[in-house]
Amino acid sequence: MASYKMHLLVCGGTGCKSSDSMLIVDKLNEELKSHNLVDEAKVVMTGCFGFCEQGPIIKVIPDNTFYTKVKPEDAKEIIEEHVIKGRSVKRLLYVDPKEHARVSDSKHMGFYKKQIRIALRNCGFLDPENIEESIAREAYGALGKVLSEYTPQQTIDKIKKSGLRGRGGGGFPTGLKWELAAKSVAEQKYVICNADEGDPGAFMDRSVLEGDPHSVLEAMAICGYSIGASKGLIYIRAEYPLAIKRLKIAIAQAMEYGLLGKDIMGTGFDFEIELRYGAGAFVCGEETALIHSMEGERGEPTFKPPFPAVSGYLKKPSNVNNVETFACVPVIILKGEEWFSSIGTEKSKGTKVFALAGKINNVGLIEVPMGITLREIIYEIGGGIKNGKKFKAVQTGGPSGGCLTEKHLETPIDYDNLIAAGSMMGSGGMIVMDEDDCMVQIAKFFLEFTVEESCGKCSPCRIGNKRLHEILTKITEGKGTMEDLELLKSLSNVIKDTALCGLGQTSPNPVLSTLNNFWDEYLEHVVEGKCRAGQCTALKKYIIDPEKCIGCTACARACPVNAIEGDKKMPHEIKQELCIKCGSCYEKCKFNAISIK
Amino acid sequence: MEKIKNLADLRKMKDNLQNKIDLREKSDSPEAIVQIKVGMATSGIASGAKEVMNYMIEELDKRNIKGLVLQVGDMGYCYAEPTIEVTRPGESPVVFGYVDIAKANEIIEKYIKNGELLDGILPANYESIK
Repeated sequence: MASYKMHLLVCGGTGCKSSDSMLIVDKLNEELKSHNLVDEAKVVMTGCFGFCEQGPIIKVIPDNTFYTKVKPEDAKEIIEEHVIKGRSVKRLLYVDPKEHARVSDSKHMGFYKKQIRIALRNCGFLDPENIEESIAREAYGALGKVLSEYTPQQTIDKIKKSGLRGRGGGGFPTGLKWELAAKSVAEQKYVICNADEGDPGAFMDRSVLEGDPHSVLEAMAICGYSIGASKGLIYIRAEYPLAIKRLKIAIAQAMEYGLLGKDIMGTGFDFEIELRYGAGAFVCGEETALIHSMEGERGEPTFKPPFPAVSGYLKKPSNVNNVETFACVPVIILKGEEWFSSIGTEKSKGTKVFALAGKINNVGLIEVPMGITLREIIYEIGGGIKNGKKFKAVQTGGPSGGCLTEKHLETPIDYDNLIAAGSMMGSGGMIVMDEDDCMVQIAKFFLEFTVEESCGKCSPCRIGNKRLHEILTKITEGKGTMEDLELLKSLSNVIKDTALCGLGQTSPNPVLSTLNNFWDEYLEHVVEGKCRAGQCTALKKYIIDPEKCIGCTACARACPVNAIEGDKKMPHEIKQELCIKCGSCYEKCKFNAISIK
Repeated sequence: MEKIKNLADLRKMKDNLQNKIDLREKSDSPEAIVQIKVGMATSGIASGAKEVMNYMIEELDKRNIKGLVLQVGDMGYCYAEPTIEVTRPGESPVVFGYVDIAKANEIIEKYIKNGELLDGILPANYESIK
């Protein structure tokens, strides 16, 4: 086997792949071939590096040079300059948004400095379609250790002591969940992996499955051994084709190597894993709805108890965990529960993956220790707000969460602090908003999502959320009243208390949280008829400054409803009662005489 | 493909496959191991830097020394090529000039293993900005 002096890691996550990263792999290989370097440098397709904003990404090993926004035509230069002459291609290096300087390697990038990667440890490091690379990185070592050295109860105790909590949103202690399923007596039990990632903007589960499928498979087998199950099912949405493809490859390879299947590693333990596809309904991320969907029933939640640990898939005891939760398990076994629980805060151990999105410089996937502050995430890892605008809020927990504001910037982020701040961890979506975002519109956006995704089974969620959405629409159109604000509050609380499942109960959170944190903005909409962010079209007011207007008539001619009056060469005026706020006059004026109030 | 029969099998397999990703593992924490930069500009290559680099990579591996050999551009010592810069963990880099295979062997045995200084060290005439 050739001993390569250099590895060129090319991101093969969905983001970079859609920007032609596979073509880059081909081009790099061609260039290596034509320069007779195939035994010296090796091109490896890996999972996601997390820095999706700057993709496609190539990381050169051993010097950790980090190339961003690489195009297929750059392959030649990378090989000829970097691989042959040892000089990095400066123009492809990452530019620090604050210092405006090019950063030579990933070790000096603010984006990576504060991260601790546990669930994402192999993403951007291994070729996910090659089990041998995973084995070299100790894949299935934890499973082997558990099967030959620990009893099921000892394994459960280790997970319990590690303090690992569910990463899908609820934050239920994972070890306890396993113990409940282990205590149920039945001939057949199931391990279910919830890969129905549905929060807008969240893509951590997809990235783990695409970048490191073996960790999840291994953890499911460990769970199966602990609770006494020989079957595992992964419920994954059909719109994740790449994750599905890589899971299928990984399962086939693990079966071939005897790391899944019958009599795993000669211990007598059998474990098989199958895939189940979801059609992408948000509610199917709720575990009872997910189970019904897998059974071929309508994807609707049912009341708990009975919990899945007692009666789940096909009425058999089932343990449902999220992808990211599973991805942490093998590391806990290998590195020890004390190591894991030494990271994080008192009640939230380990790390959490967040998908940073919105008005932030470094959009991407990050994994940080619990207890990190919002300020560190936004300003150090995220590189601050785009275009130097002012930070306003960040929505965590997706449509079930709430927003955190300036006053929460120093709060250490963990499950309990987020709930105390009126939001929640959720699956880890973080949508950053700046001064140009209207908070009423944000609440409306999330309600729109909930209304669309409500399964319709219980009336608080089906009808209540629809009414909430109508009231919010009314406010953004400038027709809201003080009674509406009161109604928003009381209706939200009723839905929270009476909806059937977790999704319904949390759906009014974006409304409650914006009401709490941005009450003055709601008041402005209702009382003053003003939207400070200028996002509510109906509340915009176009005004002509008579000092600046020279009476060129360009605006009057552009106005589709003849709302602008004025004589030639005399200042014009907009008749507010006729104006439809289309903005045509604003665009036409060459003298900056029209302003938006 | 023969199935993996027990944990010992798996561990053996892991060790055998280790070299596939070793380079990446080491690059993950370069400051913890000895780093050797080989000047590989035209003048370096012409004087035999490539042979020295290959020798370094192979010998470190054979002698079980955890080290990272990096290829870099011209270091500016064209009169003393091949030039290599060795950084032991936590120490300042030291530059050696006129490195041939015999010299490389001496550097590994004396400086890299024991930190013993030897002839052929070039005075550092620059400071790198971080």
